[in-house]
Amino acid sequence: MEEAVINVPLEKEEYIINMGPQHPSTHGVLRLVVSLRGEMVQNVEPHIGYVHRGIEKMCENLTYAQIIHLTDRMDYLSAHINNEAVCLAVEKALDIEVSDRVKYIRTILSELTRIQSHQLFWATYGMDLGGLTCFFYGLRDREMILDIFEETCGGRLIVSYNCPGGLMNDIHPNFQKRTKDFIKYFRKTLPEYDRLLTGNVIFRERLKDIGIINREDAIAWGLTGPVGRGSGFSCDVRKHNPYSAYNKVTFKEILYNEGDSLHRYQVRMDEMWESMNIIEQLIDNIPEGPYAAKMKPVIKLPEGEYWQSVETARGELGVYIVSDGNKYPYRVKFRSPNFVNLAPLNKLAAGFKIADLVAINGSLDLVIPDLDR
Amino acid sequence: MEFSIYDLTSFTHWIDSSLRASMSPGWAVAVEMIIIGVALLVFYALIGLFLVYAERKVCALMQNRLGPNRVGPGGIFQTVADLVKLLFVELVPIKNADKILFNVAPFIVIIASVMAIGALPFAKGLHAIDLNIGIFYLMAVSSMGVIGVLLAGWSSNNKYSLIGAMRSGAQIVSYELSVGLALVTMVVLAGTMQLSEMIEAQRWGWFIFKGHIPAVTAFVVYIVAGTAETNRGPFDLAEAESELTAGYHTEYSGIKFALFFLAEYINMFIVAAIAATVFLGGWMPLHVFGWDGFNKVMDFIPPFVWFLGKTFGVVFLMMWLKWTFPRLRIDQLLTLEWKYLLPLNIFNLLLMATLVLVGWHW
Repeated sequence: MEEAVINVPLEKEEYIINMGPQHPSTHGVLRLVVSLRGEMVQNVEPHIGYVHRGIEKMCENLTYAQIIHLTDRMDYLSAHINNEAVCLAVEKALDIEVSDRVKYIRTILSELTRIQSHQLFWATYGMDLGGLTCFFYGLRDREMILDIFEETCGGRLIVSYNCPGGLMNDIHPNFQKRTKDFIKYFRKTLPEYDRLLTGNVIFRERLKDIGIINREDAIAWGLTGPVGRGSGFSCDVRKHNPYSAYNKVTFKEILYNEGDSLHRYQVRMDEMWESMNIIEQLIDNIPEGPYAAKMKPVIKLPEGEYWQSVETARGELGVYIVSDGNKYPYRVKFRSPNFVNLAPLNKLAAGFKIADLVAINGSLDLVIPDLDR
Repeated sequence: MEFSIYDLTSFTHWIDSSLRASMSPGWAVAVEMIIIGVALLVFYALIGLFLVYAERKVCALMQNRLGPNRVGPGGIFQTVADLVKLLFVELVPIKNADKILFNVAPFIVIIASVMAIGALPFAKGLHAIDLNIGIFYLMAVSSMGVIGVLLAGWSSNNKYSLIGAMRSGAQIVSYELSVGLALVTMVVLAGTMQLSEMIEAQRWGWFIFKGHIPAVTAFVVYIVAGTAETNRGPFDLAEAESELTAGYHTEYSGIKFALFFLAEYINMFIVAAIAATVFLGGWMPLHVFGWDGFNKVMDFIPPFVWFLGKTFGVVFLMMWLKWTFPRLRIDQLLTLEWKYLLPLNIFNLLLMATLVLVGWHW
């Protein structure tokens, strides 16, 4: 039988390779159809949807308390922050003020989540560029945070610790001590990351001036998180629209104007320091109080539209809930940072080499299940 | 007949004379060739297995892990188990592949490395063939492997493989120059290309100490270029698993893949062995002129231990490089060679020639 021939308009001397859905450096089931000329990338076409589970549609048949457990499965590296987004939206709709204790704990856990996500980014980014050793260093330190999660939340990756009105249960007695131990340890270990990778001349030369996007374009494409801030777009939701306890702490928004892969990487490295600062400001001052507000057994939001955005490790996650007064939402829409951050990939990578495509794709730090939802 | 592990010449001569006593000279040579061939192949396989195990352990050391520790004490039989597994893996036929070239490619890679290993001096008297152009021969045969890599990439009917093979071609053609010039620098110092004479010249000081700055520079350049030539470490662009899945050997499975894998490790051994022979004195023990007691102690260690010790020292250095550095990009790789290493090398060669002419090297 003749094989089907797919005709793709190509220029002379161009050819197409298919990266993914199974490929070591697409971080999941992202498929990139890459037109190449020699080693030079001419065009990148991302094909998504390989882990589409219809989370937004499923939400329409679930109660608000149940929706939270689905949001873990979107950006699994920012699981706690995703939970928090839905909880904040529901609390906003019901006009519930949670106790300061809840706010503090949520903020600390959010920052721990951010650190472990950036650690994993660091680990896998080194691997994308061929330095396999950082993977083990990154995961070794991430394990400590996961242990803290395990003790307090029960889960390690998919924590599901938030519920509308507060938290599932109170923090573990060891929580404060272990978190402080971790910060003490990580303040010593983070410079090790820089010595192994950041300061390496090969690493810097690989990333410098690769995949540049300037501030105007970053705003036009809607890039958020470290990708936007690497281009000088001040987009930190924690700073501009503080939620939970972020208005009680002082921290710096990391901004670089260069907009290349190296500075997207650098934003994340610096953010780990800032996250540690935030945790240190809060960890000793967790106020006494109830860990959850009294809620009705069945939560019904008043009719209307509600929006809440939070800063996940990858950018701005927005939760948009339309309620018709039922116990199920009428429509839920998640504005996921990964989907938006993937969009300019072609613009970033065209004209660079295939090795740079891997570096650029890695510097966007995509989590594909969040992208497909 | 008395044998000594410090000088195996008498042992090899005894084999030769006893063979000649019992058969015609032609047959004796034929039998000797078979003995040498079998011995080399056995050594080849053992070194391959050991190096794979060593790489796993070294990489585990670098990465805060234990490495293989289940099969046998300390996991020493892990590579044997893997080899057995590879022998039983199905050889997947590739659609639209160039069958002949596809099957020939792994053998070219293997043959190149076997030919190189045959000319290495393992110990005093344990040297299969002592060519008067030994260095030249080693360089010539060790660069043949790239033909196999190119054929593998070309015949696989896979674009990733093709990119990997083309990268490998560009890389080896470039870095061959640096390897060659670094060795030529040492040939200038030694005044000979014969490996046995080079080693003998290092009796009272290895070349890396004797040759002052040019020798050290040549050693560094040789390690960098040699690593690049074996497609390893920060220069593994030909297989670059994060970009090209596995580069030129993507489509190979089972024992054919094992041949590529084995050849890569043997090539690393060969590069390290040449470095040990040319820069670090081969099997010659460390001698310091005037320290008689110290020299006696050093002489007590058998020559093949010296040789293997130095070689594995260099191998460890190469593994260390591999597990520390991220990979270069193809344009950076070529820039490094043509803009930095090559001019440095030529200058270094002139410097060495000047040193030798002035006579400062002894």
